[in-house]
Amino acid sequence: MVTRENILKAIEKNSRVNVSELAVLLGAEEIDVANELRALEDEGIICGYHTMIDWSKTNIDKVMALIEVRVTPQRGLGFDNIAERIYKYPEVTSVYLMSGGFDLMVILEGKTLQEVAGFVTNKLAPLDTVLSCATHFILKKYKDHGTILTKKYEDTREKVTP
Amino acid sequence: MRNPLSDQVTNIKPSGIRKFFDVVQTIDGAISLGVGEPDFDTPWHIRDEGIYSLEKGRTFYTSNAGLKELKEEISKYMKRTQDVTYDFNNEVFITVGGSEAIDLALRAMINPGVDEVLIPQPSYVSYEPCTILAGGKPVIIELKEENEFRLTAQEILDKVTENTKVLVLPFPNNPTGAVMEEDDLKAIAKVIEEKDLFVISDEIYGELTYKGKHKSIVSLPGMRERTILINGFSKAYAMTGWRLGYACGPENIIQQMVKIHQFAIMCAPTTSQYAGVEALRNGDEDVAMMREQYDQRRRYLLHEFKEMDLPCFEPYGAFYVFPCIKKFGLSSDDFATRLLNEEKLAVVPGTAFGDCGEGYIRISYAYSLEDLKKAIERLKRFIANLQK
Repeated sequence: MVTRENILKAIEKNSRVNVSELAVLLGAEEIDVANELRALEDEGIICGYHTMIDWSKTNIDKVMALIEVRVTPQRGLGFDNIAERIYKYPEVTSVYLMSGGFDLMVILEGKTLQEVAGFVTNKLAPLDTVLSCATHFILKKYKDHGTILTKKYEDTREKVTP
Repeated sequence: MRNPLSDQVTNIKPSGIRKFFDVVQTIDGAISLGVGEPDFDTPWHIRDEGIYSLEKGRTFYTSNAGLKELKEEISKYMKRTQDVTYDFNNEVFITVGGSEAIDLALRAMINPGVDEVLIPQPSYVSYEPCTILAGGKPVIIELKEENEFRLTAQEILDKVTENTKVLVLPFPNNPTGAVMEEDDLKAIAKVIEEKDLFVISDEIYGELTYKGKHKSIVSLPGMRERTILINGFSKAYAMTGWRLGYACGPENIIQQMVKIHQFAIMCAPTTSQYAGVEALRNGDEDVAMMREQYDQRRRYLLHEFKEMDLPCFEPYGAFYVFPCIKKFGLSSDDFATRLLNEEKLAVVPGTAFGDCGEGYIRISYAYSLEDLKKAIERLKRFIANLQK
C-alpha cells in the first residue's frame, strides 16, 4: 500500500516523474498512486509543480530581496488582512508571518535593484499598518530548496570495485 | 637469485574484478554499473565530526581495540537492533574495514593444514584467499538461484566433514543481493550446533534490506557463543574510504583477533573512529534516507528487467541485482566484455564471485536514477541486438 508520506517524499525533489514510473519506484499500483496524487492536489496539500531555475546562469536579469516588515496588527484580523494586501502583488513571491524581531517576511522578485526599491518605497512602506521595512538583497544563491547550486555532483569513484 | 616469493601467495589467483577493472580503464566514455560502494557522500555531520577531531588534535593512536566511546556505541547498536548484549570491553573491537575483520577471524580460528572453511558462493572475493593465507582449506558451497541464493541446511550437510571448523555466512549478499530471513537462519543454526561449527557472519550490508529488518544469526539461541559478527560503516553510512569496521564475538576469539591486530595494524584510523561515533549516535535518519533511495532504484531495475525479459530473482538486500544471462548462450565473461565493447557499459561478470556465478552478471544500483536510466538504455539495446 502506498502512503501519502511516501508519495510526497518521492516527488518533493523530483516532480517531473510520471505516474507510472512513480508507481514502479514506490512498488505500488499506478491507479492507487494516481488517485492519491489527485486527492493531494484537491486537498491543497500539493499546491503546485515548480521548476527550479538558477537565473544567474541565464541572460535574464533577476533581483531578489528579503524584506523584514513590522506592522501593527488589526483588531479582530490580526496579521491576515495586511498579509493579504501584500501577497496580492504579483512581484511578491512569498510572505511569511514570523516570530521574533519583525512580523512579516516578504520575498520579492524584480528585474532590477531600482524596481525592487521602487516597490518598497511606493507600495509597501506607505501601507497604513506598516511601521518599518528593512530590505536585504540576495547577492548569491549557494543552495536553494535543498539543492546546491554552486557545484555539480561528480562521480569520483573507481569504475569497478568488488 | 632465488625466487623471492611465497608459493602460497603466488598460487592465489588475482581477483577477477581487478582484471576487468583494467580493461574498463582503457575504454573512453564507458559508464559503469560495476561499483561496490555507495554513490552518496558520507553525511555531512559525520564528516564534520572527523574534521573537528583533527582540529582538536586527536591525531594519536587509540588503544589497540579502538576508542571506548565507539565500542560502547557498537555495543548499544547490537542491543537495540538485535537484542544481543556484547561487553564493549572484551567482546567488541574496531578494525580497518570489515575486510580486516574477515582476515583476522580466519587467522585466529584456523589451524593450518587441518581445518576446513565452508564458503558459500557467489560471494565477496576475499573469503577464499584469506582462508588459504591462514592455512585453511576452502570448501565451496554453490548457492542456487532456485533457493534465491539462500544457504540451506542440506547444502551445509553435503559439504561438512570432520575437519570443518568454520562457516562463512555472507548475508545480505554481495553480489546476489540475497538475504537470510529468520526461518532460513533457524534451519542452518541447528546444523551449525550439531556439527559444532563456528560462524563468521559478514553483515556489512545489514542496514540495507528491503523486506523487513535484518536479522542476525547471533540473535538465535546458542549462536552468539559460536559467531564472530562482522560489520562496518562503509555501506550503511557511505564511509568506504574511511576504512572503519568492527567485530563482535566471544571474548576468547576476539582477544586473539585483537592480538594479531595489535601486531599487524596497531589501531584503526583515529579520525575515522571519531566520525564513527557520530554515525552511530546520530546517523539513523541518513541510513533510512539512503535505504529508501536504494529501494526505489532496486524496484526500477527489476521492472526494467521484466520489460526486457531478462530473468532476475528479486533480491532484498545490499545494492546489487544478479540477473541470469544464460539464455543468450554467452559466458558471463563474454557477455560483460561484449557489453563493454559494444555499448561501453561496465558490469561485473558473476564468475568474479566464484565459479558458480557463471551465467550471471552483477549490476550495482549504487547510482542515481538518472545514471541508471542511461545505463539501462544501453543494456536494452545490447540485449535487443543479441536477440536479433
